[in-house]
Amino acid sequence: MFKSNMKISNIISRRNRILLRELVITDFKLRYQDSVLGYAWSVLKPLFLFLILYIVFDKFLRLGRDIENFPVYLLLGIVLWTFFSEATNLGLQSIIGRGDLIRKINFPKYIIVISGTISSLINLAFNLLVVAVFVIFSDIQLTWHVVLLIPLIIELYIFSLAVAFFLAAVNVKLRDIGYLWEVFLQAAFYATPVLYPLQMVYGQWPEAAKLLMINPVAQVIQDARFVVVTDGTITSWGLFGDWKVLIPFIIIAVVAVLAVFYFKRNSPYFAEDI
Amino acid sequence: MTHQENAVIVENLTKTFKIPTESSNGLKQKLINTLKGKKGYREFTPLNNVSFEIKKGEFFGIVGRNGSGKSTLLKSIANIYTPTRGSVHVDGSLVPFIELGVGFNPELTGRENVFLNGALLGFSRAEMEAMYDDIVDFAEIGDFMDEKLKNYSSGMQVRLAFSIAIRADGDILLLDEVLAVGDEAFQRKCFDYFAQLKIEKKTVILVTHGMSNVRDFCDRAMLLSDGQIKHIGSTQEITELYEKINLPDPEKELVTVGKKIDDSESIDERLDVAVKSVSKSGKDVNQFLADDKIYLEVNVVAQEYIDDVFLGISIHKPDGEAVFVKTTEDNPLPILNSGAKVRVLFEIQNIFAENTYYVNISIKSNDRAKVHLIKEDTKRFRVVNSGIHKTTFRPIVSITYKKDDSKDR
Repeated sequence: MFKSNMKISNIISRRNRILLRELVITDFKLRYQDSVLGYAWSVLKPLFLFLILYIVFDKFLRLGRDIENFPVYLLLGIVLWTFFSEATNLGLQSIIGRGDLIRKINFPKYIIVISGTISSLINLAFNLLVVAVFVIFSDIQLTWHVVLLIPLIIELYIFSLAVAFFLAAVNVKLRDIGYLWEVFLQAAFYATPVLYPLQMVYGQWPEAAKLLMINPVAQVIQDARFVVVTDGTITSWGLFGDWKVLIPFIIIAVVAVLAVFYFKRNSPYFAEDI
Repeated sequence: MTHQENAVIVENLTKTFKIPTESSNGLKQKLINTLKGKKGYREFTPLNNVSFEIKKGEFFGIVGRNGSGKSTLLKSIANIYTPTRGSVHVDGSLVPFIELGVGFNPELTGRENVFLNGALLGFSRAEMEAMYDDIVDFAEIGDFMDEKLKNYSSGMQVRLAFSIAIRADGDILLLDEVLAVGDEAFQRKCFDYFAQLKIEKKTVILVTHGMSNVRDFCDRAMLLSDGQIKHIGSTQEITELYEKINLPDPEKELVTVGKKIDDSESIDERLDVAVKSVSKSGKDVNQFLADDKIYLEVNVVAQEYIDDVFLGISIHKPDGEAVFVKTTEDNPLPILNSGAKVRVLFEIQNIFAENTYYVNISIKSNDRAKVHLIKEDTKRFRVVNSGIHKTTFRPIVSITYKKDDSKDR
């Protein structure tokens, strides 16, 4: 009935599409099931985080004084980071969370991981609407550059999905990975220029800024800010200006290949290992 | 061997599981095991070098005691498990019913669950919409479809799941004890469905304990024992063999729980077990009415750390015939630390005929090599006003645990 290989033609096969769709719908319905505000939380959560960080980092610490439209700049960063964090966390739990299914029916396991990341993608869409509202009320002049946001989000999605595949497969064998990843994300949050403008790091220690920018998430966030908020944003292109701008893409490619390989090798044994 | 004639070909199939001896899902334990050079797991082989073929259009029965490897075999054919050695070839589309209502989520409404379950069987929304009314009619649920599934009775859940399941259109159907639940009216529907499959010349693989099912439906059957094929042959041969092995001595039914040993009681000094029959609210009762669920509460106290064991209970009629057997192998017991008290609650659907019943208990090591404890006739209870004359099918049962690690008792 189902073949367990991960060919592109299979991902879009009719049967798998149907299943993916239902799993996404289920995830989405269940997520805010018993909360009064329901789906609104997927927007409210990053808004509150934004509010807190905005007050602390802009009003008290005044980190944003050199950046035009810092609130939008900050919010866009938070929204993209939240997506990465949520997609990888949902991915991490996805296979384990569907153990009941996996033990009773054979279907391509990657569909579960993809369905988790698509739920996050839907949330990202909502959150970007909020960003759009902020843009309207700021004095940002949008240019055609804003369409470049689409390939950037695709890039971030591919990276998140690759990481999710790897974490989901590891989690079946080693439950510690959940805690490790939590700690790692905490550290990565501060190692990514979400809260603070990269200019600050660059001003003090240019080499450190370069090091931070080989991180694909940092590269996407900075590029997104460049195309949406202000062309004063330091991007990896502006920073490196040579072949080194490719490093984040190489990292994504390597992670994706390793993750798919590892997932494919282990997925036939998920049913008995969970 | 021509592939055109065979729907399923199983060749030298061996399946070995690695069962963690300690909770080695943790990094710490993995490190310790590596440092000590311990494996951290032991091997368990529920299927050992099994080969057979099932022809197209055949209604094939697989019988065997609990733990004989039936479920592992079925899951291997369904490609849920990957063979350790050997191979499984399936020619045609295969629909597995390892369990009814796969993917059912108690937090979703009946309606939403229909679509989710349908998707797992390969139906799109549009296709499900088209047959939705038929499914609801057949399940006799109607008004409840927009209620959450958790508010359904177990009977309603099974009816709904079954109504969806019979829509599945595959060349080969795998059925695992699907017919083993529900009331008599529901059973009849199942049998009608089987008869229909037989008329349609579908290939069906049926795993069952009921010899009458084998006799009524199967063309051929196989008896599994300890992970190996004991015999493949006509239904007559298999049912006779099965009954010869399992039925004559009522005490033998206990075999499914614990190996029969000379004394009627054998006790591992380190373990103490007590059984109570209780009502839903937890009060001690000895009598159950037709609508009451039967709750059997087993309290296990361990004096020392004991690992790798499972608990089994069986319910017997006064003449010794076992009418119900259940072990905790599918949802493992909490680890028995020194001084641990574990309460195991069996919630059993009451489909027993009016009678007095007695309860036997056993605790065995997971590999069944060591019997820690057997206690016979530890508890008696009555079922009254049941209106059921013969306990023929298997009740729905669920097991819950409560663990108390405090040493002061």
